[in-house]
Amino acid sequence: MVEALLSAEDVSKDFAFPRSVVDLLRRRHVTAVHALNGVSLDVRRGETLGIVGESGCGKSTLARCLVRLHDCDRGRVVFDGTDIATLRGAARRRFNARVQMIFQDPYSSLNPRMSVRQILSEALRVHRMRPAGEIDGRIAELLEMVRLPADAADRHPHAFSGGQRQRIGIARALAVEPEVLVADELVSALDVSVQAQVVNLLLELQDRLDLTIVFVAHDLRLVRHISHRVAVMYLGKVVEVAPTEALFTDPRHPYTQALLAAAPEIDPGRRSRRAGARGELPSPIDLPPGCLFHTRCPHAFDRCPRDVPELGPRGPGHAAACHLDAPAPRP
Amino acid sequence: MSGPVLRVRDLITTFGQGAQALCAVDGVSFDVGPGEVLGLVGESGSGKSVTLRSLLRLLPAGGHVAGRVEWQGRDVLAMSEAELRGVRGGQISMIFQEPMTALNPVLPVRVQIEENLRAHTDLDGRGRRARSRELMDLVGIPDAGRRLDEYPHQFSGGMRQRVMIAIALASDPKLLLADEPTTALDVTIQDQILHLILDLRDALAMSVVFVTHDLGVVSATCDRMAVMYAGRIVEEGAVRDVFAGPRHAYTRGLLGSIPQAGAERSMLLSIEGTPPGLAAIPPGCAFNPRCDFATEICRAVRPDLAEMAPVHRAACHNAEAVAAAGSPVRSALADG
Repeated sequence: MVEALLSAEDVSKDFAFPRSVVDLLRRRHVTAVHALNGVSLDVRRGETLGIVGESGCGKSTLARCLVRLHDCDRGRVVFDGTDIATLRGAARRRFNARVQMIFQDPYSSLNPRMSVRQILSEALRVHRMRPAGEIDGRIAELLEMVRLPADAADRHPHAFSGGQRQRIGIARALAVEPEVLVADELVSALDVSVQAQVVNLLLELQDRLDLTIVFVAHDLRLVRHISHRVAVMYLGKVVEVAPTEALFTDPRHPYTQALLAAAPEIDPGRRSRRAGARGELPSPIDLPPGCLFHTRCPHAFDRCPRDVPELGPRGPGHAAACHLDAPAPRP
Repeated sequence: MSGPVLRVRDLITTFGQGAQALCAVDGVSFDVGPGEVLGLVGESGSGKSVTLRSLLRLLPAGGHVAGRVEWQGRDVLAMSEAELRGVRGGQISMIFQEPMTALNPVLPVRVQIEENLRAHTDLDGRGRRARSRELMDLVGIPDAGRRLDEYPHQFSGGMRQRVMIAIALASDPKLLLADEPTTALDVTIQDQILHLILDLRDALAMSVVFVTHDLGVVSATCDRMAVMYAGRIVEEGAVRDVFAGPRHAYTRGLLGSIPQAGAERSMLLSIEGTPPGLAAIPPGCAFNPRCDFATEICRAVRPDLAEMAPVHRAACHNAEAVAAAGSPVRSALADG
């Protein structure tokens, strides 16, 4: 068993709505969006862990908790044996350098007033990665690594296309020589042909630099392509986690099955005329009791609205949170 | 098979005047058959959405359309405004990508559906009320009677898209133009909406033109597809034929950019570079700077769409070389 480098242990995160004076006087309860409801997940050294789910499932919140852009309300995130919430000062900066995040939107995640050189040298200086004299050399190296022309250093973000901006984002993350990259919807804002370029780059960099990658995305095909293991999230919980091949060929949670059935096949020979899942996502403010998926599940029975299913083993490295061991996928 | 319901010939859409004019759609021709779903595919900036809007003359100020759009024997581009109003939103309806911006946020959905009924049918008030409820049932909105009086913000993204489809269907259209109707939706909801559109196509005998950038959506829903690049159609044919044997290097690259089962963690067949801007479309074949198959002639002469096989057309000088390289999509059809 490979050690876990970064793990979430029963992490929960709520975002409370602001309360007005009227709410206080009427003694209304605090309403909150329950973004994460007890997520436990290990990221192993050197692997790519894919996290999939639909919008509102908490995958981005989880990514932000993993790099401590959010503090979790309950539970903890452990990196290399230490609870990251306890890190202070230099230790916290060291953690920030070892675990880096790349953001979804290449248009808002780069400062439009800074040149690429400024963006990259800021990262290098803050973390004291190189003495001042070596910074220019390192920037050239980083640009070469993400396949941007050397003259890119003195241009500003507006001069680049979406795909090139994502490369700048990757270069900025790599500048501090991280061990873990958390990529939140890295390529979803890009055109298909450009997506493939960035995915190829990520695969190549991972081999070259021994990176551990957490790849958060909603595109199942993409996650299947680059991940070693995949976790499926629904309403702030992990419902199934398994090695990629097992998850896609033998999904054991009805939600995973519905998600896979809903993804359009790229092969026109396998067209289906049946919808994969019925209904829509319940509100994350008032969560359903018991199993969160029971409102949409074709297999739901009397126990599902009562008991919360725990993640249970389904095979080597394969776990699912369902009261049924092997619900039959619908034809 | 009877003739096409829509014939588009040499459609050219430009924005701006004189030397500053940008050509977003450059000589596009295609047919849509009765009951057929045609997919218009391309990346951002390829002109697919502008093509769709040009069909109904729905362009922002400064846009100019030339060519012919024949609808039931009449040229939509030559119609008077009054005639056009009968066709637009009547015989030909359109649904848009962003249902929140396409619906009016300050009117209940009942008013928005009945507005279309008032414009295109002769139902009285009672008839309109009954019909709008039927339409809500038809597109699968539960509890239609109550929800008719709600406002768009009270609906989820998938339900808003259903409302928009209900409005589009109010006039019994013969052709539905859909501009990326599922791009803003989650995959399980996208699946529901795609199936809804196909079911309605069968039930109401409509034709559909579907604009999308997602080849998965095309593969799952369309009968024929046309691939656009830099304002032109570069390949057109039955979805099965194009997926099984692309004849244009760009189509082949697009298909290869999609990850497939069984080839995990391998390098994807990507297309280097980015699509050209409208102001800087390369001479010759617009795709030549990014093309692995490009030869001398590609840089000099713009290829025309030519018939490669029955009902399969491509605009590529090296179509034979591309065909010989084979399709990057492994198909269940080929495996038997």
